[in-house]
Amino acid sequence: MAQYNLQINGRSYEADVESDTPLLWVLRDNLQLVGTKFGCGIAQCGACTVHLNGAAVRSCTLPVSAVGKNKITTIEGLSANGDHPVQQAWMEVDVPQCGYCQSGQMMSAAALLQKNPKPTEEQITTAMNGNICRCGTYHRIREAIQVASTKMKQS
Amino acid sequence: MKLAAAAGGGLFLGFNWADASASPTSVIGVVGENEVATGAIDFNSYLNISTDGVITIFSPNPELGQNIKTSFPMIVAEELDADWTQVKVVQAPLDLKKFERQVTGGSGAVPHSWERLRKAGATARYMLVEAAAKRWNVPAASLTTANSTVTHAESGRHYTYGELATEASRVPVPPEIKLKDKKDFKLIGTAVRNVDNPAMLTGKPLYGLDFHREGMLYAMIQRPESFGKKLKSVDSAAAKAMPGIVDVVTFKNNVAVVGKSTWQVNKARKTLKIEYEADGPLESTADHDRLFKELLESKDTKMVTVRRKDGEVDAAFKTAAQVLVREYQCPFLSHAPLEPMNFFAHVREDGVELVGPTQTPEMACNEVAKLLGISPYTITLELTRLGGGFGRRLKADYVLEAAELSSLIKAPVKVIWTREDDITGGSYRPAVRYRFEAALNAGGDLIAYKLRGVGINAGNCTREDNFPSGAVDNLLIESVEHKSPITTGAWRAPITNFLAFAEQAFLDEVAALAKRDPVKFRLELLEKAKKTPVGAIKYDIDRMKAVTEMASEKSGWGTKKNVSQGFSVYFSHRSYVAQVAEVAMKKGKPVIQKIYVAADCGVVVNLSGAYQQVRGGVVDGLGHAMYSQLTFKDGATEQKNFNAYRLIRMKEIPEIDVHFVNNGIDPTGLGEPALPPTGGAVANALFKATGKRLYNQPFAKQEELKATLGEKL
Repeated sequence: MAQYNLQINGRSYEADVESDTPLLWVLRDNLQLVGTKFGCGIAQCGACTVHLNGAAVRSCTLPVSAVGKNKITTIEGLSANGDHPVQQAWMEVDVPQCGYCQSGQMMSAAALLQKNPKPTEEQITTAMNGNICRCGTYHRIREAIQVASTKMKQS
Repeated sequence: MKLAAAAGGGLFLGFNWADASASPTSVIGVVGENEVATGAIDFNSYLNISTDGVITIFSPNPELGQNIKTSFPMIVAEELDADWTQVKVVQAPLDLKKFERQVTGGSGAVPHSWERLRKAGATARYMLVEAAAKRWNVPAASLTTANSTVTHAESGRHYTYGELATEASRVPVPPEIKLKDKKDFKLIGTAVRNVDNPAMLTGKPLYGLDFHREGMLYAMIQRPESFGKKLKSVDSAAAKAMPGIVDVVTFKNNVAVVGKSTWQVNKARKTLKIEYEADGPLESTADHDRLFKELLESKDTKMVTVRRKDGEVDAAFKTAAQVLVREYQCPFLSHAPLEPMNFFAHVREDGVELVGPTQTPEMACNEVAKLLGISPYTITLELTRLGGGFGRRLKADYVLEAAELSSLIKAPVKVIWTREDDITGGSYRPAVRYRFEAALNAGGDLIAYKLRGVGINAGNCTREDNFPSGAVDNLLIESVEHKSPITTGAWRAPITNFLAFAEQAFLDEVAALAKRDPVKFRLELLEKAKKTPVGAIKYDIDRMKAVTEMASEKSGWGTKKNVSQGFSVYFSHRSYVAQVAEVAMKKGKPVIQKIYVAADCGVVVNLSGAYQQVRGGVVDGLGHAMYSQLTFKDGATEQKNFNAYRLIRMKEIPEIDVHFVNNGIDPTGLGEPALPPTGGAVANALFKATGKRLYNQPFAKQEELKATLGEKL
C-alpha cells in the first residue's frame, strides 16, 4: 500500500492503495467517483474514459502510480453544473438508452472537441470508434457531437 | 383492476391492493431521488401528489435502456392531464403487493400495463375534478383539466392539483373510469427526453455497480473454467494472505474471494490454486457442428418434436417441379451488457436486503427466499438502473450467489463479475442449425414447406405459427434439442433473433427460384393466407402487409440504381417490422449504406425513445449478424473479452431511417421486434450486391465475404 495524492476535477484527493491499482478502481472504490464505469478492464470498450491533462485515456489500465501530478478530469468534473456543451448536446439529442457507456462516450467526445472543435463526420467516427455502446446509440452520439461542436463555436 | 381506500386516506390501485397499506413501499434510495416529497398524498400505487404541486409517479419495471422509466409515467401523466415539467419519476422497488409483472422481458411491459397505467392517471384526475366540483358546488361535467390544473371555464376559476390533493384523496374511487379518446392524447406520441438524463449525464450513481454501503465488502467469484467441470479442490492460502482480503469462501462450484476493494479481490483471485474434475462432456464447437448434421437427419421420434403439421408434406414434395433445400447456422452469443453482472446482498437475522440490476426482481426474490428457506416478504429488493440486459438479467444466478455469499460470511457484500466472468459465465444465446425445404409447382407457387431446427439447449428453436405458416397448404415444422452442459438463456428476441434471418434469407431464394419479386412474393403469400388460410393463423395478416408495403414505399423498392436492396419482414412479440437494407459496391467492396424500417408497435408512447429503440435494435441485429460469435474448446469459450468477442462499433453503422405505422392499436411492444428482421434484409442485399448467399453467422467471418468485409475485423 502507498499513499497517493491525486489532482482530480480541480481538487486534491488522498488514496492509500496498492501501486498497481488502476485509476478506475481508485476513483470508484476509494473516492466514490462512480461516474467512470467498468466495462472490460482491458481498454477495449471505453466506458472508463477520463481525461489526463485534457487527453482521453482509459482509466482501467492506467495504474495509479503512473498518474503523478497530472490533472485528471472525470465526468463529475467535466463541468460544475452539468452544462458542458457535450452534456447539453447529449441532453438535447436525448442520447442515452441504458446510459452505462455514456460518461465514457462524453469524455471521449469532449477530448476530441478540445483538440478539434470542428470535426468532420469521419473524424468523429474515428475518434469514437474505441467506445462501445451496446444499446446502439451511435447515431445519436455522432449527432450530439455535431451539436456540441456548434455550441462550442457559438460560445 | 381492484380499487379500495386504504388506511390513512390514500388509495392503492393495482395488484393485491388489500395488503398494500400494511406494506408501504420501502425506498432506500440509490441516488437520492427516492425521498418522498413533503406533504405527498398517495392516490394509488403509481402516484402521489404533494400540496406544492409536485406529482411523483412510481415506475415499477426494471429500466435497462428500453426507456420504460420515461414511457410508463408518460402514460399515467397523459390521463391525469399532469404538467410534465412538474412530474418527478421514481423507480419503485420490488413490491409484491402494489404491482404485478415487474419484469423487463418479452417486449411486454407497455402492452401489459397500458390500461392499468391509464386508469391510474384517469382515476386520480376524476378524484381531483370531483374535489373541485364540491368546493365550487358546480357539476363535475362543467370542469376541464390541463397542466395539473382544474378549471371552471364559466367563472374563470381554477385550482392546481396540489391545492386539491388532500380533499381529492378522500373522494371515493369510481368503479368504472372513462379513458381519453386516443385522438385527444397530448403527451403520448410526442418525443419526451429520458427522465434520467440529468443524472446519467453527470455521472451520478445509478447502476448496481455504483451502489455503495458503508462497511460493505467486495467479492469476486471464480466459477468452473469449463462447462462440464466441477470443483475438486481449492488452495486459497496465498489469496488469504493478500492485503485487503477478508476471507475466501467455497460454496457449490464457486470460490469467492471477499475483501475490501475490487482490485484487491481481483488480484487475490488470480493466486487461487483450483483443481476441477469432469462432471459431463466437455464440448467443442467442432462437436456441435457434427451434432447439428447428425440431428438434422435424425429419425428418432424421442428427439424430434413435431411443432406443426398442415396437409401432406411428403406427397407434395413428390409432385414438385422445383425443390430448394438450404441450411443456416448461428453461433452461441454472449449478451454482453456493458455493465457486467453484479448484486449487493445483506442477509441478516431479521431479513434480507438486495440491491442491484435485475430484469426479474420477483423471481430473484422468490429464488433467494427458497435458497435461504425464508419468506419472500422478509426480503427487500431495490432496483437500480440496469446497464443493459438483453435477457441476461432475466436469470437470477448472480443474485443467488450474492445472497448465498452474504449468508455465509454474515456481512453485506457486493459481488462483481469481470468482463471475462460475464463472457465465460454462460446463459448464452444458443447455437442453432436450420434446414429449410421448399417445393414449388410448375407455376412457381409454394406448395410445400419444411423446417427442421436443431438447437443446443434451445428448447423449441422454431416458431411454428409464424409466417409463412397459414399460407402454405403442406407444411411441417420440427424442433430437435441437444442437451449440453453449456448454459443458455433468453437473448433479446429469443430464437427469432436468428430464425428470422434464416427464414427471410430462405424466402428470398425461394422467390428467386419462383421468378418473383421478393416483396411481391411475400405479399402473395399473405394474400393466400387471408383468402384460404391453412390451419391456425397467429399473426395479423393486415398488419404484416401494411409494414411490408410501407418499407417498400419508403425505400423506393425496386426503383433505385447503383444500390442493391434486400427485403425482410418479421412478426415477433406482438409487433411487426419490415426492413429494406441497401448495399453499394465501393472499390469492389460491399458497403451497407442504409436500412429503412417500417414498424408497427401500435400506439407509439414516446417518439424519442421508440425511434432510438428501433435504431438500437437494428444496430444490435446488424452487429451480431455481422461480427459476434462464441466458440468452444473443451467446454470453455475461446473468447473471453472484447478483444476477441466482437461487438459493432461506430464505424460499422449504416444510416437507419425509421417509420412508424401508428395505427392507433393499443401498444404491442417494441423492445425486441426491430432486431429480428435486420439479418435477413442485410443478407439479401449483400447477395444482390455480390452474388453470394450467406448461410452462417457471423457474416464477416464467412468465406463468401472474408475477402471484402473480413478485413474490417
